[in-house]
Order: sequence, then C-alpha cells, then structure tokens
Amino acid sequence: MGMTPHPETTVEPLAAPGTLVAPELTAGPGQAPSSEKPRSMFRRGWEVFAENKLALVGLGFVIFILLFSFVGPLIYKTQQVSVTLTNSDCTPSAAHLLGCDDLGYDVVGRLMVGGQSSLEVGLAAAFVACLFGSIYGAVSGFAGGVIDALLMRIVDAMLSIPFIFVLIILAVLIHPSRITMIAFIALIYWPGPARLVRGETLSLRTREYVAAVKVAGGRNSRAVLRHIMPNAIGTIIVQATFAVADSIILLSSLGFLGFGIQLPQTDWGSMLSSGLNYINLGYWWLIYPAGLLIIMTVVAFNFIGDALRDAFETRLQRR
Amino acid sequence: MIGYLIRRVIQAVIVTIIVTIITFVLLHAVPGGEVRAILGIRASHAEIVADSKLWGFDQPLYVQYGKWLWQLLHGNFGYDIKLASPVSTQLWQHLPRTLVLAVIGTGVGLLIGIPLGIFQAVRRYSALDHIVTGIGFVGYGSPTFFVGLLLVQWFAVDLHIFPAFAPQATSIGGILSDPVALVLPVATYAFVAFALWSRFMRSSVLDNIVQDYVRTARAKGASERRVLWGHIFRNSLITIVTLLGLQLPVVIGGAIFIEYVFNYPGMGLLFFQSALNTDIQMMLAITVLTTILTIVGNLLADIGYAMLDPRVRYS
Repeated sequence: MGMTPHPETTVEPLAAPGTLVAPELTAGPGQAPSSEKPRSMFRRGWEVFAENKLALVGLGFVIFILLFSFVGPLIYKTQQVSVTLTNSDCTPSAAHLLGCDDLGYDVVGRLMVGGQSSLEVGLAAAFVACLFGSIYGAVSGFAGGVIDALLMRIVDAMLSIPFIFVLIILAVLIHPSRITMIAFIALIYWPGPARLVRGETLSLRTREYVAAVKVAGGRNSRAVLRHIMPNAIGTIIVQATFAVADSIILLSSLGFLGFGIQLPQTDWGSMLSSGLNYINLGYWWLIYPAGLLIIMTVVAFNFIGDALRDAFETRLQRR
Repeated sequence: MIGYLIRRVIQAVIVTIIVTIITFVLLHAVPGGEVRAILGIRASHAEIVADSKLWGFDQPLYVQYGKWLWQLLHGNFGYDIKLASPVSTQLWQHLPRTLVLAVIGTGVGLLIGIPLGIFQAVRRYSALDHIVTGIGFVGYGSPTFFVGLLLVQWFAVDLHIFPAFAPQATSIGGILSDPVALVLPVATYAFVAFALWSRFMRSSVLDNIVQDYVRTARAKGASERRVLWGHIFRNSLITIVTLLGLQLPVVIGGAIFIEYVFNYPGMGLLFFQSALNTDIQMMLAITVLTTILTIVGNLLADIGYAMLDPRVRYS
C-alpha cells in the first residue's frame, strides 16, 4: 500500500513544464517516474482481470443471461400475461421446452421474464445501495468525531438487524413491485458499503492531496466528491459487484416465501415456490431451471467481483 | 480492559436503542396500519377510529414508542391480538427451538469448514483446494431455501432416506430424540455455513502464514505442527470469532427459510406466519428480540476478541 494518490488523479510532472500544477494534482513523494510507458488504469486493470479465467467465464455468463432475459423473448415468443390452466404443469415437449408451471406459463419464457426482474432489481438495488452507502461512508469518515460516531452507530444498528425480517416487513406493509423491491433491498443493503468506504476514507483523508484541497480553500464537499470518492472507487466497484449477487439472492428469497414480485410478473425465487408445493410429484422443471439460473448468475457475479478485487489490488501493488 | 468493556457496553446499549427506534418506526410507518391489520380490510372508518383510540394507536408515535419501550424493559412484548396470547409466551416457546437448530447446524458447518479452510490454505492450489473452493463458490451462491429444497427432493422424495419434515415435537428433548428428522435441516444449515467458513478460514490462515511471528517460530525451531496449531491456527481463529459475531443476523435470518422448507415450528416459521397475518406486534417483537441477541452476540465476540488480543484493549 503506497502513500501516493492513484494514477488518475496525478499528472506526470513532465507533462506541463513550467506551469503551475493545481495543488490536488501534485504527486506525493515516492512517485518515481517509471521506465515503462504509462498505461491507463483501465488497461492495466483489464489485463489482470482477463488473466483470471473464472472472471471471463463469469462475465460471459452475465452477458448470456442478459441476452437470454431481454432479447430472448423476441425470439422465443410465449404468452406471459394471462393464466392458461389447460397447460397446468405440462411436461417438457417441443412446444414447451421446459414444460409449464402450475398456472400454465411456459417455463422457458417464465425464466426470461423472471430474469428481467431479477437482473433489473439486482443491478438497480446494488447501484442505489452502493451509491448512497459510499457517500454516507465517505462523509462519516471525512467528518470524523461525534458525527462519525453517531453515523456509524446507525450503521451498526442496521447491520445488527436480521435484514430478511425487515425486508419481509416492508414487503407486507407496502405492495411489492420492481420499484419498491429495489428501494427495499437498497434500504437494507447500504450499511455494508458505507462501513467499507468509511474505512477507506479514514486512510484517504490524511493524504497530502486531500490536505491540499483544504489549503487551496476547497470546500469539504469537493474533497469528498472529487478526491475521496474517486480514490475509493476500487472498493466501491468490487462491493457493488458482490451487492448485485446478494440482491439477486435477497429478491429470490422473498419471492420464494411469496412476498416477492406479484403476478403476472415474477422472479426466479417466486418460480421456485411452486416447485416446493409440487415436490412430491416429480416436476423437476419447476425446480432445477430457476434454481440453477439463480446459482449460476450469483456465482458469475461473485467471480467477477473476486477478479475485480484482484485487479484493483494489483494496481495498488504495481504503483 | 475495564474501560474497554464499559465503552463497548455503552455502545451496544446505544445501538439497541437505535434498533428499537428503526424497527418501531418502520412498522408504524403506515398510518392506521396496525388497526387495519387487526380489523381486516372491510373495517369501516368509524371502527378504525374507535379501535385506534381503544388500543392507543391515535397517540403520537413517540408516545406509543415510549410506552412500548417501557413495557419492553419489563419483558413485556405486548399482546398478540391475532393469536389471543401474550407475545412473550409465543416467543419463549419458539425461540429455544430455533436456537437448537441454528446452533447444531452452524456448529456442524464450522466443524467441517474450519479444518477444510486450514487444509486449503496449507495446501494452497492443490486439487483439494480447488475442489473445496469450487463447492464453496456454489454453496456461497446458493440461496438457503434452494439448498433445503434440493435436499428434500433428493433425500426425502427420491431416495426416501430422511423425512422431508423436521421434528414436530414441541419440547427440546422431543426434538433431539428424533435425530433422523434433524439430518436434512441441519445439513442445510451446515452446507451454507461450511461454504462461508471454509472461505473465511482459508483467507485468514493465508493472512497469518506470511506474518513475522510465523518466521520467528520456525527460526526458533518449532515443529511445523506447533507452528500451524500453536501459532497460525490460534491467530486465525481471532478473525473467525469476530466474523461469527457479524454473521449472526444472517444465521438467524436463515432460520426463516430452513424452518419454512422443513416446517419446523421455530421463530422463523412464527415470523413467516405473522407476516401472512400482518401481525405487527409479533413481527416487531421477533425482529427486536433477534437483533438484541445479535448485539449481545457481537458484544461477547468483541469481549472474547479483547481477551485473546491485547492490542484491542489498549487502542
């Protein structure tokens, strides 16, 4: 762990000879000019990322599942709005590749519709939670003192509540839809990222370039938004990737208990709840497809997250 | 040490108060929600107003909160109108069952996961390391309910080895006297826990293996066995104790899925039924009680940590 700012916030001292370099752009000590040609942080990060075969598999699967859910319905057309009870629990056939569920919906088409909500909610909830959590954590860590202590006790409190209970309470009191699901999951998920970013901020705020902002008369909001947050971006992105995986699990857990997205919408977890009801009848197509898609998608995002963490860590080490 | 303890207890009390405020406000955020939940959707406006007055729901939220907190301090969790019984009676019936299952399940998971994690770290990049990491990834990515669902499908429906239902006895003794029925719920808990703890333990051991004290121990001529178990293992366990405290909400939250899938009459199932009935008093009580358990658990973990690691006490 070096004591220098990240490359993207520094300029090569030779790049602007004779000009006054803005205080926040000056490099800290130890920024020795490297002999190799400077490469962008994304290039270097991508190289480390691409060395990880599992990450590429994960990325490939995420792209596949996005295409499956959003482009798939254009190719494999099924009726996903009204119930067709005559098709109830039909076995897999040429007309219905993975059979039908208890309400007569084609399972493959259902997986696509469910995939749309699972992915939309997962991505959006992760984004909102990490955005809010990051700002909260950065402000808390930057402010320090009493404010920090108070803000962190709220985080402690949130992290002590078994969050699935809170999610169910919210889903019972407020009609669950995609938007409310995103809000619920983000509402219970932000404390984790907040705590991580706060920890990162505590070490970042003592850096020279943050002190330089103050000396130059910059406002605190500038120090947080323009300097601390961009430097914590590695932590935030890695956390966001894991958050997507966790949000997909949370949504499916709610759906499984019957508190998830309501008909005719669905998600992969809701699809599994009818699988449990018919488990004695051997309707395997109600269990395996949706369950495997949840696991594979979650594992794919976890692979990506792990590789991103390695990529950002390597970037730190190579500086 | 005493100073650290006092500071830590005060912190825990503050967190508990914040938790009660958050959950109370959350559950009372919908105006008239509780009375409407009791009377049903057909209740007229006049009935709702009358009953709100009767039960005190017309008072300002902070007054209601104050009264509720005062009762809570006396161990009174309120009266469950739906079940016509005090909430605490229900809680004390269901909580021990949940704890028994959670403790056994997590215990089995730890007993498998921790040795595997150590082995993985010591034999890093061996075939077994890759296999366990692979299984761990799947376990880590599997929702608890799906693991339970698969175990029921394979071992109860297809193979008829174990019953699909957990023990239905009401007493702890009755539950423990039916070990065959406990296998699948415990296995579900254990699989999820194993995935998590082998992963934590592996990285914790890997962090410790490169520390100076390990080199010092080797330089002093300690045997590999002593280095591993006397130094690396003990230090790695410190991290695990803290993480165990932090994972408590997940463990307790997981109970709801396992108890639902295996129809085990614990607190998770009680919560699920209360949610179906919009039974706000019960949901509030269970959330607050499990959270307090978590906070106490974290407090104990931190105290254990401070006893194990003198650096914490003095910082």
